[in-house]
Amino acid sequence: MATTPSFFETPAPAGLTGIKAWLLTHDHKRLGLMYLWAVLFWFALALVIGLLLRLELMTMGRTIMSAGVYNSAFTLHGVIMIFLFVIPGIPAIFGNFFLPIQLGTDDVFFPRLNLLSWYLYILGGLLAIVSLFTAGGFPDTGWTFYVPFSIGTKHNVPMTVFAAFILGMSSMLTGLNFITTVHRKRSPNMGWMQIPLFTWSLYATAWVQVLATPVISITLLLVIAERLLNIGLFDPGRGGDPILYQHLFWMYSHPAVYVMILPGMGVVSEIIPTFSRKAIFGYKAIVFSSMGIAIAGSLVWAHHMYTSGMSDTAIFVFSLLTFLVAIPTAVKVFSWVSTLYKASIEMSPPLLYALIFIYLFSVGGLTGLVLGAAGPDIHVHDTHFVVAHFHFTMFGGTGFAFFAALHFWWPKMFGIMYNFRRAYIAATLTTVGFLFHYVPMFILGMMGMPRRSYDYLPQFAQGNALATVGGILLFTGIALMLVNLLLSFRSRIAAPANPWGGCTLEWTVPSPPPLHNFLRQPDIQDYPYDFTEILRKS
Amino acid sequence: MDPVVGIDRAFWYILVVSAIFLTGITLVMIYFVVRYRRSRHPQPADIRGNWQLEVLWTVIPTVIALSMFAVGWKSYTGLRAVPAGAVQIEVLAQMFSWIFVYANDKESENLLVVPEHTPIKLNINSLDVIHSFSLPAFRVKADAVKGLPTYVWFQSGDPGEFDIMCAEYCGIGHSKMLAKLKVVPRGEYDAWLEREEQ
Repeated sequence: MATTPSFFETPAPAGLTGIKAWLLTHDHKRLGLMYLWAVLFWFALALVIGLLLRLELMTMGRTIMSAGVYNSAFTLHGVIMIFLFVIPGIPAIFGNFFLPIQLGTDDVFFPRLNLLSWYLYILGGLLAIVSLFTAGGFPDTGWTFYVPFSIGTKHNVPMTVFAAFILGMSSMLTGLNFITTVHRKRSPNMGWMQIPLFTWSLYATAWVQVLATPVISITLLLVIAERLLNIGLFDPGRGGDPILYQHLFWMYSHPAVYVMILPGMGVVSEIIPTFSRKAIFGYKAIVFSSMGIAIAGSLVWAHHMYTSGMSDTAIFVFSLLTFLVAIPTAVKVFSWVSTLYKASIEMSPPLLYALIFIYLFSVGGLTGLVLGAAGPDIHVHDTHFVVAHFHFTMFGGTGFAFFAALHFWWPKMFGIMYNFRRAYIAATLTTVGFLFHYVPMFILGMMGMPRRSYDYLPQFAQGNALATVGGILLFTGIALMLVNLLLSFRSRIAAPANPWGGCTLEWTVPSPPPLHNFLRQPDIQDYPYDFTEILRKS
Repeated sequence: MDPVVGIDRAFWYILVVSAIFLTGITLVMIYFVVRYRRSRHPQPADIRGNWQLEVLWTVIPTVIALSMFAVGWKSYTGLRAVPAGAVQIEVLAQMFSWIFVYANDKESENLLVVPEHTPIKLNINSLDVIHSFSLPAFRVKADAVKGLPTYVWFQSGDPGEFDIMCAEYCGIGHSKMLAKLKVVPRGEYDAWLEREEQ
């Protein structure tokens, strides 16, 4: 087979050279990689901040930082992890790179908007950095920016909030691009029920991004107006309503957790059948559950507010809806596990990460049931139980899906393979560290330890010390994982076009893919997870 | 029924059912991965779904989830229904302390004294930003929002000391915004109420 030049060797638009070939590119694959490095930078930074927070909590009283620094540090950790890592992570990197290929097309519908959204992402990140060092320093409000505290504090809230606003624009443009690409640029031979599940999950996510992000954008602008113009919309001292802010905030931020998790579920739905060499169990159920989660997940926001003082009727309704959103999630977990039944399973680092995802995410989801129940939530609301719960879903869930995606598509993106042994060691270390880090927090929360606490009562000392040991292990594991991936650039072991035996379209093109992805119009399988051809060849 | 019992029952009901689910899913997953590994099972079966099974695992979790909702809601109503004759105490939250005002206008800071075996109703308000009154021993918590009066109630039991914390992040002194609840015999409570100094 004659080798075709990869997208690394072919700039788009043609004629661009050197750094310009990257900074002015319209190629979705180059943009995916540009997102990859930017997102990894932010992830590493927020990870280090998380470790420092954990070290501070290792012992009672002051350990390594003052209360003021601690308060800004947990805000920074949250803002970066949410707005710069978890929300954009999988869609902006792997979505940009693989959505057009999985649809059998050459690029997204609006390549220039795609470039713009990358610049907005970078701008939002830079603004967050600038706000660290200007006008009172980084906010000490928590990533939720609750009023009236966020209106009164002297820290630089407006700039950070504006950074989040810009990042919202970036993710809306990405969402818009994905929706239009799925509708208008999909291969003419591909019907809706032939779309791979990763792309389906991005499609569901994109709708939430486009519809819910404007709510937070407007809310954040209102916070800025409140601070700069004193309009008194949220300030009870002027007849404003702080609970209104919480409704507006969570009206976006709860759907946003599905923006965070759905793409991760999409990744797992690709990996499990590939390494099982077997059709995904219940393709349609998974598709509909993605859309079901996107819709129902938009109607449960006030379950963050059971203690806020809103009416009991509201608590009744939101608690009921919250339990209903658990069903489509359960359906997905059952489908993944059933896919393994009578399969032909080959263990590999991506599969290991995906299996760990199923376990950790299930813990996160099931402890969410405790929080969705009106009575039990009152006891553990705003405690470390909640901290553990959302780290199990966002980190054990989306984070591990992100790691799985990195290991799954790394050979496709760069055409090189990493060391498996180190990848397994890193995955094990990360998981053990993860459990020792977060399980004690469940217990601390049940004992009543509030979240966002710089210091704590003596009865919480043991659990915090244990959690810090886990945190250090976790950090080491992730560092090893990233180093292992980076070392693959030195050893440069070439990866074949289809190293795993996958049957979606990205595995039919060379690794790394050529500029226009396909050399000819690709054949679309009637059913996207039909492994007969792969099995015949093996 | 004491609301604490209701909350704990709902809590453990949800947690135990969840633990059973989690253990089952995990064991089945590990079994499949080992049993159907490629070296032992090179030829996969072509199974794409099973609608009876899919209906079953949609309906059963729905029923279980609704039962969890119901126990959770029922335990919550226990937190809201204040028995008649409860001792009423005003609670004011401020950066960074708790002020308690009793019926005879006696005030105390960071120390809440209540009589034993009596329903206690705390009327909560804030003087500045949002705080949250958290008394984990009695499973109660309520945000203190300026301009939005709210309440919690609990049944004080035997004499003892319990921690009160601020659960809603409120600034630099958030973690130091602590108070003590002292449950004392009736006579001691009456004497304490009448005492001038604090």
